[in-house]
Amino acid sequence: MHTAALLIELGAVIFGLGLVGRLAGRLGISPVPLYLLAGLAFGAGGVVPLNAPEGFLDAASEIGVVMLLLMLGLEYSAGDLLGNLRRQAPVGLLDLLLNGLPGAAFGLLLGFGPVGALAMFGITAVSSSGIVAKVLADLGRLGNRETPAILGILVLEDLGMAVYLPILTAVLAASGVWEATGSVLIALACLAVALVVALRWGSVISKFVSGGSGEVTLLRVLGLALLVAGVAEQLHVSAAVGAFLLGISLSEDLAPEAHHRLEPLRDLFAAVFFVSFGLSTDPTSLPPVLLPALLLVVVGVVTKLVTGWVAARRAGIAVPGRIRAGAALIPRGEFSIVIAGLATAAGVDARLAALAAAYVLVMAVLGPVLARFADPWARAYVRRQRERAATTAR
Amino acid sequence: MDLEETKLPGVGLRHDFTTARGRRIGVISTRGGERELLVYSQDDPDACHAVVDLDGDEAEVLAELLGQPRVIERLARLREQIEGLATEGIYLEDSSPYVGKTLGDAAIRSRTGASVVALVRNGEVVPSPAPSQRFSSGDKIVVVGTQEGVRATAELLHNG
Repeated sequence: MHTAALLIELGAVIFGLGLVGRLAGRLGISPVPLYLLAGLAFGAGGVVPLNAPEGFLDAASEIGVVMLLLMLGLEYSAGDLLGNLRRQAPVGLLDLLLNGLPGAAFGLLLGFGPVGALAMFGITAVSSSGIVAKVLADLGRLGNRETPAILGILVLEDLGMAVYLPILTAVLAASGVWEATGSVLIALACLAVALVVALRWGSVISKFVSGGSGEVTLLRVLGLALLVAGVAEQLHVSAAVGAFLLGISLSEDLAPEAHHRLEPLRDLFAAVFFVSFGLSTDPTSLPPVLLPALLLVVVGVVTKLVTGWVAARRAGIAVPGRIRAGAALIPRGEFSIVIAGLATAAGVDARLAALAAAYVLVMAVLGPVLARFADPWARAYVRRQRERAATTAR
Repeated sequence: MDLEETKLPGVGLRHDFTTARGRRIGVISTRGGERELLVYSQDDPDACHAVVDLDGDEAEVLAELLGQPRVIERLARLREQIEGLATEGIYLEDSSPYVGKTLGDAAIRSRTGASVVALVRNGEVVPSPAPSQRFSSGDKIVVVGTQEGVRATAELLHNG
């Protein structure tokens, strides 16, 4: 009886996600907000209660986070990270501070406490590299000259997260200021060691998983990712960061194969992660946080526009390109949910999860729309400038 | 011509350059082997006016189409450099007795002194074809030799 209920509910959830994903494709938006909505509709306080597969969903959503970060790490080589760090570090720092600090201030104002504010910093700071990359490809902007600047910022944000997540995990796990400071230092030391290992001995790690059939590669990469993630979690470096570093350290010739093999798994488990975040969030907790969420959205749109403007100007891009770069960076998505998930699991104010869900729902839908409209805006801006120049000349 | 190379993290590589007439064009090579052909806009030099996605095969065909006249151009330049050297691309017509025969059958070099250096068929170049290479109608046969040798080859291929 139990097995039947488990399979039926699980099947319904996954099939439902497939339908929802198809709808997202039709509408031309990222499926992430729809997965969240689906999760909100079911489970705690939702339309239909969902009980049986909870244990499975919990485990699967943990794996989902690991897969998301592992695949992100596979996208980049160590050279990409260091090269961008050297060229764009000031912009990366500006990006994180400009977008993160307002979020942290909101967190304090809403009474989430310092730990909640730290989580809000991350939730608002990081663009969704998945959504941004897809939007750029869909709009045919990969070849644009502002695109390297945009991608560079995404790389730096992801690298910034590799530093931020261990700090957050350590702070969440600790009680008291001194313990928190101690565990943050330990976590950062572990991160530094892991980073050096990943950058210097990546080829050795790759040897563990290369060779043999595709099936064998899949099992070894997945197994190693879970192992590394588990150990990283144990050291309070955060499972997500462990997986990210493993992804980076896998050599460039192995990465495409691993990427190809693991993509379907990532799609499945990441979808389950988003749903399960929605499931654990009570939809009735959304209305009270709607106003702060919308305010945060407005602030978040403006600060990303500024970031994109500065980054593109540094790269010698003209005004229309600067507007496009800013608008492209607006979407927030998977990372914000990952951070909110970590914070909620550690018992931070439950309103934080609701706020993050509302924020991402709006940002993930609004972001690509704004990116699309950046072109007409930019053209209008240029036309106005020309007219103004013409009138002053007269 | 300055070919610029830009890394696109997570995507691949972009190469672009500005033509002598001031248009900027480029190619993105993704890590998955796809290519994107980029034509930059003239109003906004940072944006693309047109983007064409090409899979591996399509990119190869395009490269050959762009590269093929270059082979003949280069031969033409060679002719200018070496006095007395003639090159010509001879079309093999339906009526030619050598349609369906091999390069060895035609014995062009021993009969005319000119050499067949390449064969262009359906936009594809076969460089230095082997004696077993079979001709078909519509082939363009690229011949190098003396003026008389090349003329004799054209005559031979037309009338046998």
